[in-house]
Amino acid sequence: MTPHAQLPTAEPTTAGTTERLKSKDLLGIAGLDAGEITLILDTAEAMKEVGARTIKKVPTLRGRTVVNLFFEPSTRTRTSFEIAEKRLSADTLSIATATSSVSKGETLADTVRNLEAMSPDMIVMRHASSGAPHLLSRICRSAIINAGDGMHEHPTQALLDAFTIREHKRRLRGLKVTIIGDLLHSRVLRSNVLLLNTMGAEVWLCGPATLMPAGLERFGVRATTSIDEAVDGADVVMLLRIQQERMHGHYFPSIREYFTLFGMTPERLRRAKDDVIVMHPGPMNRGVEIDSAVADGPYSVILEQVANGVAVRMAVLYLLAGRESAEVHEA
Amino acid sequence: MSVIVKGGRVVDPASGRDGAFDLQIDGDRIVRVGRDLPADGARVIEIPGSWIVAPGLIDIHVHLREPGQEHKETIASGTASAVAGGFTAVACMPNTEPINDHAGITQFILKKAAEAGLARVYPIGAVSLGSKGEQLAELGEQKAAGCIAFSDDGRPVATALLMRRALEYAGMIGAPIIDHCEDPSLRGDGVAHEGYFASALGLRGIPGVAESLMVERDVSLAELTGSHVHIAHMSARESLRAVRAGKERGVRVTCEVAPHHFTLTDETLDGPVKYDTNLKMNPPLRERADREAMLEGLADGTVDVIATDHAPHHADEKMVEFDRAPFGIVGLETAVSLVFDRLVHAGRLSVRRAIELLSTNAAAVMKIPGGTLAEGLPADVTIIDPDRTVTVDAAALRSRSKNTPFHGWTLRGGVMMTIVGGRIVHENPALAAVNR
Repeated sequence: MTPHAQLPTAEPTTAGTTERLKSKDLLGIAGLDAGEITLILDTAEAMKEVGARTIKKVPTLRGRTVVNLFFEPSTRTRTSFEIAEKRLSADTLSIATATSSVSKGETLADTVRNLEAMSPDMIVMRHASSGAPHLLSRICRSAIINAGDGMHEHPTQALLDAFTIREHKRRLRGLKVTIIGDLLHSRVLRSNVLLLNTMGAEVWLCGPATLMPAGLERFGVRATTSIDEAVDGADVVMLLRIQQERMHGHYFPSIREYFTLFGMTPERLRRAKDDVIVMHPGPMNRGVEIDSAVADGPYSVILEQVANGVAVRMAVLYLLAGRESAEVHEA
Repeated sequence: MSVIVKGGRVVDPASGRDGAFDLQIDGDRIVRVGRDLPADGARVIEIPGSWIVAPGLIDIHVHLREPGQEHKETIASGTASAVAGGFTAVACMPNTEPINDHAGITQFILKKAAEAGLARVYPIGAVSLGSKGEQLAELGEQKAAGCIAFSDDGRPVATALLMRRALEYAGMIGAPIIDHCEDPSLRGDGVAHEGYFASALGLRGIPGVAESLMVERDVSLAELTGSHVHIAHMSARESLRAVRAGKERGVRVTCEVAPHHFTLTDETLDGPVKYDTNLKMNPPLRERADREAMLEGLADGTVDVIATDHAPHHADEKMVEFDRAPFGIVGLETAVSLVFDRLVHAGRLSVRRAIELLSTNAAAVMKIPGGTLAEGLPADVTIIDPDRTVTVDAAALRSRSKNTPFHGWTLRGGVMMTIVGGRIVHENPALAAVNR
């Protein structure tokens, strides 16, 4: 079997008939339907197999150029995208803020127009401003992949979370998924809520009242400040990072009190289902939102999430590139 | 030269006149308002009976950007925009570069306005030096130079103590204080109304209470001092409640609402074009209940004035990430069409009430001339076809900036002619066609 043979015909495990993504970009989970989400997750299964081989490379994106444009520090996500791109044989380069023209006063639009002049096929962007990828998508021909925009979305994180949940639970529909932490500032939260709602999971959110977004009642979730209620009978418990400096915005009095009220400990986790999995998008603050005994414990799938990130990002890159070549053929 | 505007419907709330009248202008003055005035060699502008002949409209909240930010707007381009939008007079905010906190800057603005020779310009001076909220500007000298009111617009009058002193002092010289009400700590680094849509889009929120908290402060201080406070660009339902309560107990408080706040809501942020920076203004577009409250206030008299908060910004400045874009949109050339389409034709306001909000009350609140079509007064007149179909074209705006969220909107109601001091300074080409 050649390494390439399996890929273009990702196993049709989905009941739906979705074969391609509708949009040229992946700006967020908003706008994806259940069929598209399932397509990405199914494709990621085939991609995961590539990562298990001795020679972890397929020629799928040979000759394609992918630019990783990171305006915010990121280790995990950027590395994950880079590895995914390399495994698909794309030509790839990464730009971090420190080395870009932005520090010289150039606008985002101009930075990206200059990059576009060199004809990349895809731009993967992380940016501190919500909606920055939407601005790019209006002015760019390249496919835009959102690697996290401000407090808005982080779609590939939600996809890899769903992929990890599906590996363990074989389904998403009907699961009680509890997300605990800084709900207000988290893009991971927004993407996960959209994805899990679309796929029929029952989403519970928990955190201090000061870190709950306005209009939460319209998110289609259950929200509580009681961690015991939130964890009770959960199939999945996901912790969100607490930025320690949030105390300065009066969101909570101290790290100590946060951990006392909301930190995930083995005792608290006992209320969850026996086969609960514990997730964290990273980077983790041990002793703040999660006790090390939980982070390193038997229910933790945190490192699996990281591993699955590569497969899911390969799937996204592959599907967006495939969409592009299909368009060329149609034209 | 003598001109007779013939055949239209004169709506002049100040004199209570509403009906088919002719209007005769001689030189820079209105000389007669009556039925079937004889031509007697005057130029006759014959208009259909449905057209409205109104006292010149007055926008008491505009940013003309000159001096200092001429790439956004100049006094010439801003007043060209004003007359194209039917406004014969505008009051301009002091947040120029430098800030208008001295008589010299006021004089410069008035000189530029005279050179432009379009709309009348009434400068608003800064309350505090540099609008920094530390020391009172020389309000007396500024008033003598031509300022009609005082404001640190763009930011609130910083402390309750400064506001108290400013009200006392401005009360002494007979000028209102206009306040941009916003509690800085609650506003934080917010960029959109705090609610579901900002949350879903990951935008930092500004709650309505950030505004109303300071409106309540100002109403209390106006009550304490007996002076006149005017609340700029009111947007939150809680603020309306505070103003209404103040008025009921006789406090000298007035307020204005901008067309975008009675037309749009924060839902628009989640529309087909996400993160459109032309939907970013301060105060932000609020939720439905707030818009509904503004509509009620406009109808029941709680709101005194419609003012646009015309805030030109260059396209380059708006072509950035949403949270980095400057706040504000242009408004002078879309206001009349929005008032007629969204308020009058929607059955929310009578024509008479609309003219009160756009002209009569604006003059009364700021104690400036105009706002009526009385014989013997300067001939500032706006002629409106309430049924004219107008399609907003951002590129065609006279303003130097094109930052409008209404591009492509088709609205019913348009300005046909603007007359300032007896001079026709704007004429819709369609009017010439009607006349021939």
